[in-house]
Amino acid sequence: MLRSLALWLDQRVHLTRLFASTAGHAVPASAHSWFYVFGSGTLLCFVLQVVTGICLAFVYAPTAHDAWTSLVYLNYQQPLGWYLRAMHYWGSNFMVAIMTLHMVQVFLFGAYKYPRELTWISGCVLLLCTLGMAFTGQILRFDEDAYWGLGIGASIMGRVPFMGSRLVYLMLAGPIIAAETLSRFFTLHVFVIPGLIIALVSVHLRLVLTAGINEYPEPGKLVRKETYVAEYEALIKAQGVPFVPHAIGKDLIFSAVLILGILACAAVCGPSGPSGPPDPTQINTAPRPDFYFLSLFALFALLPAYLETFLLLVAPPIAIGLLFVLPFLSGTGEKSPRRRPVAVLSVMLIVLVIGVLAYLGTSSPWSPQMEAWSGAPTPIEYVKGRTPLELQGALVLQNKQCRNCHSLGGEGGRRGPALDGVATRLTRDQLIRQVIQGGGNMPAYGKNLAPPEVTALVAFMQTLRQPHESVARDATVPSVQRR
Amino acid sequence: MAVHESEQHQSTPSGISRRSFLVGFGVALNALAAILLAIPIVGYVFSSFRYKTVQEWIVLGPMDQFPERQTRLATYRNPFTSPWDGATADIPCWVRRLEGEQFQVFAINCTHLGCPVRWFQASGLFLCPCHGGVYYADGSRASGPPPRGLFTYEYKIQDGHLWVLGGQLPTLATPSEA
Repeated sequence: MLRSLALWLDQRVHLTRLFASTAGHAVPASAHSWFYVFGSGTLLCFVLQVVTGICLAFVYAPTAHDAWTSLVYLNYQQPLGWYLRAMHYWGSNFMVAIMTLHMVQVFLFGAYKYPRELTWISGCVLLLCTLGMAFTGQILRFDEDAYWGLGIGASIMGRVPFMGSRLVYLMLAGPIIAAETLSRFFTLHVFVIPGLIIALVSVHLRLVLTAGINEYPEPGKLVRKETYVAEYEALIKAQGVPFVPHAIGKDLIFSAVLILGILACAAVCGPSGPSGPPDPTQINTAPRPDFYFLSLFALFALLPAYLETFLLLVAPPIAIGLLFVLPFLSGTGEKSPRRRPVAVLSVMLIVLVIGVLAYLGTSSPWSPQMEAWSGAPTPIEYVKGRTPLELQGALVLQNKQCRNCHSLGGEGGRRGPALDGVATRLTRDQLIRQVIQGGGNMPAYGKNLAPPEVTALVAFMQTLRQPHESVARDATVPSVQRR
Repeated sequence: MAVHESEQHQSTPSGISRRSFLVGFGVALNALAAILLAIPIVGYVFSSFRYKTVQEWIVLGPMDQFPERQTRLATYRNPFTSPWDGATADIPCWVRRLEGEQFQVFAINCTHLGCPVRWFQASGLFLCPCHGGVYYADGSRASGPPPRGLFTYEYKIQDGHLWVLGGQLPTLATPSEA
């Protein structure tokens, strides 16, 4: 009975034929590897994001007036709302991470080479779409970080020559960050980009079927345009296995581990934010982006000012352009990472650079510690046994907010150098000059310090050294006994 | 089969087959429809691409609210709002009163990437929390990545009240002075 029903259905919708040409397509036996699970993992993350995203959209209010309140409602009122938000947040983190692994694997295994150029290019567009989802998603979490993040985006647009003002307007959908801005990003995040991703994933998978899965690369086996397709067909004929059921085992296990990982992270770490409400008058805030954009955030602080606009506007198109033309620059030849030292080193370099920048982004040493001047204590050894003048200087250092940028005893800002031991580095005259005129990255304090304050401050700073160290001395002056 | 072929290629006197005329006409008609469809959609979606300077005089408050030789935070409701803007249309700015009717009104946004700068009275500096931009009390750039001094608003005194000319997010392309 069941069998006849299945046969009837198959005759009508040709399921067997569909299966044989898709999930059952032949892949090289060598592709049944743990390195080949990241593509399906990324797709799984996307499907999960669609499911949790739809759930959130049932409750989320996409208006500037209500979005933040509805997020708080999701966190505390809606049953399991916090968990769905957490799953969506952790799902996005996992998706970016697994997608990156997928890309690195494809690059290192030479899978972008002939004849799989279009598979790589569609993957690159998918990468951009995913990052677009990450940015727009961060905006939908409409809190103070989202508000100022939009400000950063608009400020970057404002640097584009000639059409900057138009781009700012287009991005914000108006003169300021307000109601229409959120609606715009909601539409992008919920309709436009997901639609693009679904279409592109279809293309990507279709190309996987037509161009075939890359065989596990062997050192010394070169890709030649004249022979590769015939070689691949011979390989499939000799040792091809159907993807389902022969090569899907590791994908299945990875998928389950992935879902469990997302569920566990969501349960343990919970949802992200929202931080304070998107009220620009609440200016006591230090906006930070989510981790995928921390490296960019760090770059903005570290680039020299004269290079910044140029690099902001020119480097990303060049980098993206390079990604797109990669299969045409090195479309043939060696595939194995064992014989491609430049490829391996490039990946290591890029990962290292992005990793270090992201780490710097989390600690952001360039940001002043706004509360250090009133909150950070003066280490006791720096005030013990000091003269009244020096103690007065310690007060000046505190009250003039020097510690927002300079640390003492490890506490305070790291914008400028730590002041422990400054007496061994700068002479009295150099200290006075630096305080009054500024220089390097330091503003000039001449207008804000009365002469007696400078005297006291410098007297204090000359005591900032270990007891066994002597103060810095002007080499042009014969050594004079000085405190 | 041969009969069918000859039927399909039945030609009009001008030599165009009926089928290719229908296909050609259909494509042309759809192209026209597509253009007529695209005009309102593109016009709607990209309406904000047409940049216009929108600025209006906004009252910040009575002048004696701002003591001389002090810098105070003031906020105003942006004049171009939708009813569902929420708090996002409340815009802060820094008002520095020199003496008498001499003022400087600075936008809150750092000229580097738009983060909110904070005023520190004792050191006479504006500090930005994002990338460490610093400005002097008069708004000029002191250090860090900002490419210029703080954006300033035009202001006027009318009936003892301080007014500023504002309405748009200041960026390098849309500075508030313009």
